[in-house]
Amino acid sequence: MGFEKFGRKSFASQTKVESFVEYLAKGELSGTQCKSCGKQYFPPRADCAECLGNEMDWFKIEGTGNLVSFTKAGFAPTGFEADVPYTLALADFNGIKVFGRLDSSIPKEEVSVGMALQINILNLPDGQLSYEFVKS
Amino acid sequence: MSKDVAIIGVGQSAFVRGYQGSIRELAFEAFREAMQDAGISKSDIDASIICSAPEYDSQRSPSGIIAEYLGLNPQPTFAVETVCSSSTTGLRAGYAMVKSGLHDIIVVLGFQKMSEISSADSQERMGRGGDIMWESPFGSMMPAYYAMHACAHFDKYGSTEKDLAMIRVKAAKYGTINEKAVYRKEVSLEDALNAPYVSSPLKRFDCCANADGASCIIIANKDRAKDICPKPVWFMGLGSATASMTLTNRDTLYGIACARKAAQEAYAMAGVTPQDIDVAEVHDCFTIAELLAYEALGFAEPGKGVELIREGQTYIGGKIPVNVDGGLLSKGHPIGATGGSQVRTIVLQLRDEAGGMQVPGAEIGLIHNIGGVGVYGNVIILGR
Repeated sequence: MGFEKFGRKSFASQTKVESFVEYLAKGELSGTQCKSCGKQYFPPRADCAECLGNEMDWFKIEGTGNLVSFTKAGFAPTGFEADVPYTLALADFNGIKVFGRLDSSIPKEEVSVGMALQINILNLPDGQLSYEFVKS
Repeated sequence: MSKDVAIIGVGQSAFVRGYQGSIRELAFEAFREAMQDAGISKSDIDASIICSAPEYDSQRSPSGIIAEYLGLNPQPTFAVETVCSSSTTGLRAGYAMVKSGLHDIIVVLGFQKMSEISSADSQERMGRGGDIMWESPFGSMMPAYYAMHACAHFDKYGSTEKDLAMIRVKAAKYGTINEKAVYRKEVSLEDALNAPYVSSPLKRFDCCANADGASCIIIANKDRAKDICPKPVWFMGLGSATASMTLTNRDTLYGIACARKAAQEAYAMAGVTPQDIDVAEVHDCFTIAELLAYEALGFAEPGKGVELIREGQTYIGGKIPVNVDGGLLSKGHPIGATGGSQVRTIVLQLRDEAGGMQVPGAEIGLIHNIGGVGVYGNVIILGR
């Protein structure tokens, strides 16, 4: 399965970490961990910038995270117009930061920095795979 | 300070919405003004450095055609790109080439014709300003990234949308007296606060406008500068740093780490402190970016930047006048030309030639120019 399956709209089709998409299909959001030095990466990487290693294990990001920052986009780049307005967010899962969108059904007054979040994997109608943050 | 490399000429085209000419003609407008300012001829020039963000250029490898059009063959030329900070990165390269003795006089030309591509193409490229593998697939874009920095700053320090609006009011006030600015109208606090959101908490007037424009800076070594130029402006300090493009790899979002590091380097090289700066040009592509700059540059402690704008300390007459040429918010932001335009403003200030924007007696000035959303940071300190 190619990396172009990731996201509302993909800008890259080839990467050595395309297994990311297979993990999404299994309902898991995953990062990579260097087999040599143990450094964890999210987004996943094929190469370790710490020890130059290139053998990686996959690990699952799970549990409860916290909202670090967010913004509600009032307009969008080409390809995302139909989604407006949508909320982009950065969340922290025990030191692993994840960029994504916030569940649009959360009422505005309930969204605040620090709020508890969980990851929800999305199977989009057109076959694309993605994830979003939902209230924990 | 060591007076080794000087700026001997500055020029800038008007920044406009849709330039009715080619990129070479746009570049020539800034070049002509800088050459007339320096009072030199093209035979004095040893090399040129051309700066732009290439995703807007139809012409492949524009440095070739621009160097030709400026009349600078057969001297060497090359392109430099760090998106919005391209022309201060070009200036850093030029400084090194002069300081090393490789060349005596160099032209650093920054340009962007953002209207070269269609609005639809521009919208398409807009989404690719961040990490295209891991962020763009969610519909990310420049205003959203800066908005997320604003959200984090608000949460950490209690800054508000009104603080940001006050920064726009200042920019608009000075934009009215800058004849090269694209936006020359006052903006009231109410107008700024009541405008629709672009990406919350940033509203329409928190964002600078796209523009077409060019800037040109001519630099020379000590001997040539003293020989040619009645009012050379000297490089005192240069700092440059980077931070991750991917937001997830940043420690925090309530500051711009590359700007802080670049500033520390520039102050150390110049042997001055933030309190010694008489006038500053900072990269206010969004209002929040100016607030973050106050803190990165040490004009205020982290979290205290809001006090500067609330007390009016960044107006002429305040402790540290910032962007008193209207900033990017009023001038417009032709990516590759922006840094050179900031440098030009500071050079005019240090020569007492800034007209209605003049900070009386300014002797040391600072330029803060950021590429991407805090990806590339350049800080340059200039002195008389």
